[in-house]
Amino acid sequence: MSNLKLRDREAQREREREMAGRVVLHGMWASPYSMSVKLGLKVKGVEYEYVEEDLMNKSEVLLRLNPVHKKIPVLVHNGKPIAESLVIVEYIEETWKEGPPLLPQDPYERAKVRFWAGFLQRQLFEAMFSVVITDGEAQARAVKEGHEKLAVLEEGIKGGYPGGSPFISGGNLGLLDIVVCSILGAHKVHEEVLGVTYLDSEKYPRVTSWVKSLTELPLVKEAMPPNEKLVDFFQFFRARALESAAA
Amino acid sequence: MAKLKIIVSPTSFFCTRIEWALKLKGLEYELTFEDWSKGKSELLLRSNPAHKKVPVLLDDGVVIAESKVILEYIDEKWKGGDLYPLLPQDPYERAQARFWAQFADDKCFIGTWGACRAEDAQEKEKAVEAALESFTFLEKQIKGKKFFAGDKIGYLDLVAGWISHWLGVLEEAGGLKILDAERFPSLHEWAQNFAEIPPIKECLPPRDMLVNYWTALLSRLRSSAPSKL
Repeated sequence: MSNLKLRDREAQREREREMAGRVVLHGMWASPYSMSVKLGLKVKGVEYEYVEEDLMNKSEVLLRLNPVHKKIPVLVHNGKPIAESLVIVEYIEETWKEGPPLLPQDPYERAKVRFWAGFLQRQLFEAMFSVVITDGEAQARAVKEGHEKLAVLEEGIKGGYPGGSPFISGGNLGLLDIVVCSILGAHKVHEEVLGVTYLDSEKYPRVTSWVKSLTELPLVKEAMPPNEKLVDFFQFFRARALESAAA
Repeated sequence: MAKLKIIVSPTSFFCTRIEWALKLKGLEYELTFEDWSKGKSELLLRSNPAHKKVPVLLDDGVVIAESKVILEYIDEKWKGGDLYPLLPQDPYERAQARFWAQFADDKCFIGTWGACRAEDAQEKEKAVEAALESFTFLEKQIKGKKFFAGDKIGYLDLVAGWISHWLGVLEEAGGLKILDAERFPSLHEWAQNFAEIPPIKECLPPRDMLVNYWTALLSRLRSSAPSKL
């Protein structure tokens, strides 16, 4: 079948999916942002279809669904696209009220979750991402920054969650647990590929035990990509980034 | 009951948006000013160790940082009855408001600020082009509406509110033009309407204070850049 016909078929299928009021997640298997949305849907028990997007060769569909950022994840529900992972997870929380809550009830507790989720996704993740794509002095600086952010997180849990963490005290996998999984769940991959150990149980006992208990959960184990696959991906991604930086 | 307090800096629009929200909710509050010439206060460092930034809301023993997180807190704690709603009710509309708020801060503001800071002519031109592209997206969002939230202002209007007063100052201090009335007629009209609303207008810092602050900041950043060896 010609590429044109294939593309038309795909576009038609997409239109049909949208109109049926179904839930479609456009994501990328190695992306922590995509993982956050996937986990949110799974916790709520929402039936959804998944479309793996090729970020090296962005589809017409993706560009139409997210013209502003041209990024995944995008959730399409009732034909309407929603972008930005934390925005999507809050949408999931507010739309599927019958499932387990992803956020606490109390406004202050909710503010804490939002604050730390934002901190993890921006401050911590940016440093960790930098470590993947740099070497030499720049990488050493990024590693240092990653540890600084982890130290802040450790203090934050100590002060904000005297019981240990939102998960341990509430018993429910919530938005903040989801974000932690998405960013620190693959810490072993960072160790193997980059030689960086983020989860130092002496320096960050609370963060370490939180991540370890989360990654033992069947729902999380099932959702996370296998470590070997991520190792390959990280190596490829890093090599390509260093190559283009040197060019 | 302890009064609501906000730790603020007098020139920061991130802080003003909190004042706007509290005024719309009919809540009384006190301002605690940070004096940057003395370095960051004990209170700020204790209240927001993660970012060490303003605004910080102190509500009867509880401490909240990050302006958009604070806005949602205010909206969720004081809601119902006659209380002014900041975010819409419908989940999809809420998602849209949050998406565009993130965009307004990350792309429109950071884009404008980047263009102000650029010294190289070519770099500046590229940065302005990128900022204009971002503003074009925002123009589409306001087209056909009086305010982003509809007939009355809401969360997204408050977050984009810096455009109505601080943008002109940045343009002057940074030597560039973004909000051209011909290119962005709807945004331009929105900005004028927004700034006239009494609780909004009341909180606008004097323009000349802002001009002095941003001009001084930009020149300080320029003179310190090469010496970062």
